[in-house]
Amino acid sequence: MTFSETYAAGECLKSPLVQRFARLIEPCSDATIQRMARESSALTRRHFGKTMRLFAPIYLSNECINSCSYCGFSRENAILRVTLELEETAREADHLVKEGYRNILLVAGEHPKFVSGDYLLRTIERLRPMVPSLSLEVAPMETEEYAPLVKAGADGLVVYQETYHAETYREMHLTGPKKDYAWRLDCPERAYAAGFRRIGIGALFGLWKWQEEAIALAAHLEHLQKNCWKSQLTVSMPRLRPAAGEFQPRYILPDREFIQVMCALRLCFPHVGIVLSTREMPELRDAIAPLGVTMMSAGSHTEPGGYTGQGKDKLHQTVRGKAQEPTGGERAEEQFAISDARSTAEVAARLRELGLEPVWKDWDPAILNAA
Amino acid sequence: MSGTLKIADREFNSRLLMGTGKFSSNEVMRDALDASGCEIVTVALRRADLTGKNDPFANILEFIDPQRYLLLPNTSGANTAEEAVRLARLAAAAGLPKWVKLEIHPDPHYLLPDPIETLKAAEVLVKEGFTVLPYINADPVLAKRLQDVGTATVMPLGSPIGSNRGVETRALIEIIISQATVPVVVDAGIGAPSHAAEALELGADAVLVNTAVAAAGNPVAMARAFRKAVEAAREAVEAGLPTQLDHAEATSPLSTFLQSA
Repeated sequence: MTFSETYAAGECLKSPLVQRFARLIEPCSDATIQRMARESSALTRRHFGKTMRLFAPIYLSNECINSCSYCGFSRENAILRVTLELEETAREADHLVKEGYRNILLVAGEHPKFVSGDYLLRTIERLRPMVPSLSLEVAPMETEEYAPLVKAGADGLVVYQETYHAETYREMHLTGPKKDYAWRLDCPERAYAAGFRRIGIGALFGLWKWQEEAIALAAHLEHLQKNCWKSQLTVSMPRLRPAAGEFQPRYILPDREFIQVMCALRLCFPHVGIVLSTREMPELRDAIAPLGVTMMSAGSHTEPGGYTGQGKDKLHQTVRGKAQEPTGGERAEEQFAISDARSTAEVAARLRELGLEPVWKDWDPAILNAA
Repeated sequence: MSGTLKIADREFNSRLLMGTGKFSSNEVMRDALDASGCEIVTVALRRADLTGKNDPFANILEFIDPQRYLLLPNTSGANTAEEAVRLARLAAAAGLPKWVKLEIHPDPHYLLPDPIETLKAAEVLVKEGFTVLPYINADPVLAKRLQDVGTATVMPLGSPIGSNRGVETRALIEIIISQATVPVVVDAGIGAPSHAAEALELGADAVLVNTAVAAAGNPVAMARAFRKAVEAAREAVEAGLPTQLDHAEATSPLSTFLQSA
């Protein structure tokens, strides 16, 4: 059974592990959170050592045919859009490689015309000799569509369910292929079948009750641990940030509970990677980096061309799926506003101060023969 | 009994092998290696630069003096025999020693070794002239099969990697040791100097330690502690450990009889 079937049946919420997770995120005293944080930190050191894997995203395109209430790229938003051409992406990658990154996440909105399978394939082939580890965060695909991308050297796939609450999901995703809740929910399993070595899941906190989202996330992790046992799993718990469209979070996951959920994930899933992005403030990132996080982005831009100003001359609006005449402009619209604007070097230096070694390269493309 | 450890055609004074993952910095790692007195150091190839470009962001090898240590590349990250063989070949082509710690763990969470793929890869690599040190479950039959293929050691796990639980596979490791024609190196799970000593006292030829040192509050001091424990245990083995009995025994059991006779 795929996770969408298991989850709909509700059985997975009764597993002892998920039950334990649910107890760990119940309201608790400061002393309890402190204890969880200590345990979480110790487990993380034991399994991941005193290290932090660093990565950076490259936004390839902010074109999108979906209409999602909370997302800056939503097709309804009259924003400046662009899709990077191959050499433009290579220049963005070159900038990140010089900063130290050997793990790059390629991100794009969903638009089959601008971001086709072939476009992604050519992008991976172009970046492969420059970047040891490439992951994708793009619209869900079929296993057969993923396979050539894996073969070309993409080793990771990230897909966030946004909300596990089916009703809220329907409400948030008004039009476009993303409307299909189950199709997205089963995406990690299709990615696994295609051979991705790292699979990242997450929920976007702010759309529905955080307790329910967190429990669903735990159930999803447990399912993937059992069924996708050859993939390194990572989990992320992004909190909704300001973006074009001015959507306001309906449910707030406060800092204290955010930390509690992260520690609970670590205690229940000692071997799963935990990802922390630049959505969070520097103070919070520094405070929780040693507690359970194993993978961080830094110095990120969430707009295409953001690192080196690529694609500026082609900025345009897109109306009913059709690109309008380029208007020019300063930069493409970002997906969301980041909170930690520190440079890569600053974040790396801070991690060293915290006693953590920034790890840039921990994967070699030769393993998959994609060198 | 000679005090040295002989693997393939090389002799080593130290019976402590060290891993290089999980350290808070390359500098700390270097100092811990120094304090451990080890002579064999294993490095995950996926963390090194194999292109010859001297990547400053993947420069772990620069912190390991090849004059002082035998650098033992490991194939961590490989899921299959094919991938492990490819990595080993690449390392040799990059000028690293033609030695390989063969690690194939398709499960990235528990890092438990795949016996089938490991045996397959060992066959290929031995034929190609590699000195192969395979990381395996404490499975005596697999250990023998690997020795038949020609591996230079067998490296059974004491308990899962990073668990610090010590030699939980004791009964099986005893069998592996009793049947071994190559050095037995207990790898993984060694969480305290006493665990390392226990493995050597059992008759293992050496131990490989990483997490217990790297994740310690003071890795350099912990490395030193492991060095002492391994040296003490080896000295005890060479001195002749007394056999353990399950009942009390007088110091001179025959004396009363002899006196009365």
